Amino acid sequence: MRLNRRSFLQITALTGGGLALGFFDLPFASAQFDPQAALSPTAFIHIATDGTITLMAKAPEIGQGVKTMLPMMIAEELDVDWNKVRVEQADLDDKYGGQSAGGSTSTQSNYLPLRRVGAACRQMLISAAATRWGVPAAECTTTPGRVLHAASERSFSYGELAGDACALTPPSMDSIKLKDPKDFRIIGKPHANVDNHSIVTGKPLFGIDVKVPGMLHAVFAKSPVYGGKVKSANIDEIKKLPGVRHVLVVTDTPANSAGTPDSQIEPGIVIVATGVEPGVVIVADLWWQAQSARSKLKVDWDFGPGATQSSEKFAARAAEQLKAPPTDILRAYGDVDGALKTAAKVVEADYSYPFLAHGTLEPMNTTASYKDGKMEMWTASQSPAAGKSQIARALNIPPANITVHLTRVGGGFGRRLNTDYMLEAAWIAKSVGAPVKLLWSREDDITHDDYRPAGYHSLKGGLDAQGKLIAWRQHLAAFGEGGRVAGAVDATEFPSGRVPNFASYTSAQPLLLRTGALRAPGHNGYAFVLKGFIDELATAAGRDPIEFNLELLNATPIPMAPAANGRRGGNDTLNADRMKGVIKLVAEKSGWANRKKVPGRGMGFACHYCHAGYFAEVAEVSVDAKNQITVHKIWAAGDVGNQIVNPSGAEAQVQGAILEAMSQMQQEITLTGGQVQQTNYDSHPLIRFDQQPEIELFWSMSEFGPTGLGEPSLPPALPAIANAVFDATGKRIRTLPLERSGFSFA
Amino acid sequence: MSLKLKVNNAVSTVDVPPDTPLLWVLRDVLDLKGSKYGCGIGMCGACTVLLDGQAVRSCQTNVESAVGKSVTTIEGLSPDGLHPVQVAWEQVDVPQCGYCQAGQIMTAVAFLAKTPHPTDAQIDDAMAANLCRCGTYPRIRQAIRQAVKAGAAVHTS
Repeated sequence: MRLNRRSFLQITALTGGGLALGFFDLPFASAQFDPQAALSPTAFIHIATDGTITLMAKAPEIGQGVKTMLPMMIAEELDVDWNKVRVEQADLDDKYGGQSAGGSTSTQSNYLPLRRVGAACRQMLISAAATRWGVPAAECTTTPGRVLHAASERSFSYGELAGDACALTPPSMDSIKLKDPKDFRIIGKPHANVDNHSIVTGKPLFGIDVKVPGMLHAVFAKSPVYGGKVKSANIDEIKKLPGVRHVLVVTDTPANSAGTPDSQIEPGIVIVATGVEPGVVIVADLWWQAQSARSKLKVDWDFGPGATQSSEKFAARAAEQLKAPPTDILRAYGDVDGALKTAAKVVEADYSYPFLAHGTLEPMNTTASYKDGKMEMWTASQSPAAGKSQIARALNIPPANITVHLTRVGGGFGRRLNTDYMLEAAWIAKSVGAPVKLLWSREDDITHDDYRPAGYHSLKGGLDAQGKLIAWRQHLAAFGEGGRVAGAVDATEFPSGRVPNFASYTSAQPLLLRTGALRAPGHNGYAFVLKGFIDELATAAGRDPIEFNLELLNATPIPMAPAANGRRGGNDTLNADRMKGVIKLVAEKSGWANRKKVPGRGMGFACHYCHAGYFAEVAEVSVDAKNQITVHKIWAAGDVGNQIVNPSGAEAQVQGAILEAMSQMQQEITLTGGQVQQTNYDSHPLIRFDQQPEIELFWSMSEFGPTGLGEPSLPPALPAIANAVFDATGKRIRTLPLERSGFSFA
Repeated sequence: MSLKLKVNNAVSTVDVPPDTPLLWVLRDVLDLKGSKYGCGIGMCGACTVLLDGQAVRSCQTNVESAVGKSVTTIEGLSPDGLHPVQVAWEQVDVPQCGYCQAGQIMTAVAFLAKTPHPTDAQIDDAMAANLCRCGTYPRIRQAIRQAVKAGAAVHTS
């Protein structure tokens, strides 16, 4: 047994001040981001007496590469041979610090703490060796996996020292020495995903693959209209179908549902759940039986007020709002209306983008088992701690009695920050008294998502006689109520503060639909709008788009009082030098200055800053007679600080984000009668293999601490492609999806 | 209904309705979790397996139609996980989330068996119907080229 042979290093939690190394250019709130956090090596490093080293991967792996990258940070400072390290996925546990996947924060929030975990452990091993040899610790060094005393030519493997190291007093936080980055052997070198062999051989890694003895399978048919309720259903008929063990009906979700007891009216039928959406749950021996039974399910729904909603009405209302005075002034300074009146040239344009679903390839699922007051769960989640606390509240289970195991996640993209499906699984398992795997169908997933909010923008820009931007007015018609707006633009979003007369307005209409974060939330929509409009202004001014952008970046920003809304992003934190660095790099690599005009072919540029990362991208496209776009190549230049931790994973994130941007350009979620019209990948299409452009990536290294890559390369790809289409055709894409502007990808 | 299946060279008897999709028999009856459910309509290819060497969508294949044929799933592609396509996938570091990759690999294996020296256009055509939500396409292309060099075509079941 592996565990019996293992001697765990016991080092108590590190306390004390931090060790600053480099500095971070970050606007994040400290509550969710603490690069100085102290983590215990005991939690992360297991050294067996035979020398086997196991490192715990703390964060959910959703394809962003953290199961490989975060342990690399520990291994670097511990000084071990990466090929001999085993990496294990950690369960949800406070000892690991924050365990979520979102906001491109894993790199920056772990870069120092996890390196210190490795370094502290290495110092313990050196101390143990020095004591055995009776030599000063300062005379000892390490090679991967061994402590050396060069003067006496002696060495011990880490495994031989693990037992002694356990007994030692841990080093104080300020005595932990980190490597000089020039000595890195692991960080900065490409490392393949640690799960690759398991993936290519089909091992059960994902939430959907979980199997627990005695497990039943569940499907959950929810109202086609958000907020709808169950009036009645043919439950008796469904209960008789092959394999069906339980049918649960959630008629309504009480507004204040926490702790509401379930009422069981007869075996297998439960009315009124706690916090889960109304619908019918079918639990069967096999998932296919549950899903087949569902095809016979007849529910009489009360759709409620959501049924009056439609995309046409949303667009019509937004159009009215954009013509009327705004309901909210995000930021206004100078005299924008006056400047627009006196401008030599005024450019006006309306842009819009639709609701989008996430469509992670692995549909939502969780396996839960409830026994003797204790809940055990296996989940593919980006935010397992939030799910746990939601379940504790809703089902009245003390958090200490909830165990959450993290599986590999078949795609996150923000969808799995919402833990609705975790609560559903927990509630079903508790209701039926047996372990249950809840698996949503693809159709459930597309029609019950928390959608990227749609947005409708009206813009006006004024240029003076020299073609300089002197006025900018933007008005976003969004969704929300009471000051809460989904997908709002930050008050400081570029070019805010860099135009002498400026106004950013918002209006909102109510929405009965869940919205949520989709990779680069907010930015994935308004980067397309704002960076497309800047390109329009450059064209109207008769100027080169890159030169026009650089002029805006060179303007001294007009300061804004610290944002009352606390939102991140925008030029309050934008470092113009870093942005200029990536712009110059991408211009050089793409041969921007010497590009040739070829009929039907064009190049477009866009840059964007978000999630602490800077990206400038150039797209080269051709457009055929049927307005079909071929994206030939995208050049991307990024600045995410002074260190790319895992170059292989980093490049993959950029490739994936750019391809996702293309998918987003051709997708939409629309409502008719309150019901989502798209149900699967046929109506919400992903970009295909044969549509991929060549993607070439370049890094601009700056002196700032390393930051994340899940998101920042995505937003500029949309406007870069749209601007390239204009260059090729003279036609602006202002409405997404492409089809609504008369275009498509070839 | 009792059906005899040959999966990865092992014969099993399963008791399921004959119109059950092969995918769900593989996953939940035979406990072979490598083939994935992505769309259930044959759009995404995550469930791709080989039926007598032909790549098929197991979510669209009734289990009955697999009787008398040889089913190969990702688990049975090679005894040691070292089929040249698998090796190339690891070396090129293709997977991001990894969920679609079994289907991508099975599609590539069937394709290279028929087309040992493909052009880029042929690769495009062969892989166009397998979706990857993470965007691993550039590396899949690279891995297929690498597998071709390593002689993937001679390793087919």
